[in-house]
Amino acid sequence: MIGIEHYMIVSAILFVLGVLGIFLNRKNVIVILMAIELILLSVNLNLVAFSAFLNDLVGQVFAMFVLTVAAGEAAIGLAILVIYFRGRGTIAVDDPSRMKG
Amino acid sequence: MSYASSFYFTLPEVILSLSGLALLMVAAFAGKASARIVTILSVAALFGAGIFTAHLLSDPAFALGGDAFSGVYRMDAFGSYAKILIYLATIGILMVTQRYFDSTGEYRPEYPVLMIFGAVGMGMMVSAVDLMTLYLGLELSSLSSYVLASYARSDGRSAEAGLKYFVLGALASGILLYGMSLVYGFTGATDYLSILAAMSDGLSGGMLFGLVFVLAGLAFKISAVPFHMWTPDVYEGAPTPVTAFFATAPKVAAIALLMRVALDPFGAQVDAWRQIVIFSALASIVVGALGAIGQANLKRLLAYSSINNVGFILIGLAAGTQAGAGAMLVYLAFYVAMTLGSFVAVLMLRDGEGRQVETLADIAGLSRSHKGLALCLAVMMFSLAGIPPLMGFWGKFVVFRAAVDADLILLAAVGIAASVIGAFYYLKIVKVMYFDEPAGVVAGKGDAASWVVLALTTLFVSPLGFLLTIWLGNWTNRAAAALFFAA
Repeated sequence: MIGIEHYMIVSAILFVLGVLGIFLNRKNVIVILMAIELILLSVNLNLVAFSAFLNDLVGQVFAMFVLTVAAGEAAIGLAILVIYFRGRGTIAVDDPSRMKG
Repeated sequence: MSYASSFYFTLPEVILSLSGLALLMVAAFAGKASARIVTILSVAALFGAGIFTAHLLSDPAFALGGDAFSGVYRMDAFGSYAKILIYLATIGILMVTQRYFDSTGEYRPEYPVLMIFGAVGMGMMVSAVDLMTLYLGLELSSLSSYVLASYARSDGRSAEAGLKYFVLGALASGILLYGMSLVYGFTGATDYLSILAAMSDGLSGGMLFGLVFVLAGLAFKISAVPFHMWTPDVYEGAPTPVTAFFATAPKVAAIALLMRVALDPFGAQVDAWRQIVIFSALASIVVGALGAIGQANLKRLLAYSSINNVGFILIGLAAGTQAGAGAMLVYLAFYVAMTLGSFVAVLMLRDGEGRQVETLADIAGLSRSHKGLALCLAVMMFSLAGIPPLMGFWGKFVVFRAAVDADLILLAAVGIAASVIGAFYYLKIVKVMYFDEPAGVVAGKGDAASWVVLALTTLFVSPLGFLLTIWLGNWTNRAAAALFFAA
């Protein structure tokens, strides 16, 4: 029998993977965008699982809002990435920063 | 609650959303030439929304506030007070922006439109009484901020600032959202009153996890230590007017949001979050003060100053009392005036070719060539350092008094001691301007709009500001009482 705790564990694993994807990533910024999506989807999994478990629709409504915002966020992230790439010709994360710190 | 009253209570946001959409159309069809008229209309829209908010705040019929849209949004004195601060800060920044982009010709009508949408999001943040409204408001303001940070396309630093802000901001939103999903799962509701009721029966492990994640996400948004790493880079890289915007309006909104979340839904479990807030407050004060000492760039320096100020504001939250909340609101008003004034003064520093000057060495001996500008900047620095009789002192005083009244004497003592470290670099700026050999870099006069904003903020933090304290105290008391009325 699959219960609420199984969903929570999967969601926690996805969340940690997303956070690690941002901090351990040494390749490029696209991977960071994917990691951000992963975090938001782990939250959605949590919300929908709780919604079903509690017999309460609010969680699913919330998940819809999160999906919408995630789409907008990805669009803006890619737009900023394009400006960044135009300026430097690379999107590598470890390219030396123009500001210190 | 009928739809008519719901729309009436949310009218400031409705006005701003509709004018933002209309102005976006103007921007799309009229193009770059309409930048000036769109800016003026945006200021008018913000002014209109501000007047209506003041009406909601002062009309005795709405003294107790009211819920809108079946309790996802609440109009009360607290939200209205925060909104007036947000709108005033945004108006001030819109007034001084255009001159900054004159040299590169990059000013476009989308800029004021983005600020308006940001202001809508911030209005929703401070009025939210449901986690969903909170999240949508926060994202609306954050998404506008990401775009604004990378607005100066010709400047490589601006795109880098935008990218850094975006990645770390999205991570913080993710952490906040994960916390909210746990709070929803373990309390079974997303509205503040039900969460409060569920948490009053005791805090389960899941709820505690949710609470910590939510506070961590919000600490990022107000750039409190240990989630402050992004602040200096983003503040330095973003165009200066945008930096001034980040340091004022979104910060007011995020602090007001943190206050409402900590004191309303989590208000039954003050002991669970007090230690975290105390740690964050002290760490912010110390890191803000020490980090600023070696900085040569004025914007970076003001970034550390803003981290430092957030620490002082959090001391009021650690008190967890109505007096503490009122003290935070008083501090916020002076913080906005001081920060806005400092950034406007920095904006007015230009060399002979009209380029922006932003390092400490460039303002050496500024008092010799630009007496008025140096005087205003010196008043701001003395006020930020908390030296009486300027109003920055009054803000610190009320916050520390609230902490002492809540038996947090040690916290107040350490805070006062650490504020002395902060005074060092504020006074260093004054010393460089008045006693160093003139560098002769800064040239030209500021424009009229910048002088108006700078003069008004200087008057507000000067001893003349004491004339306003009765009126300000009255508003902040009502706002703080509204926060505790629901609890």
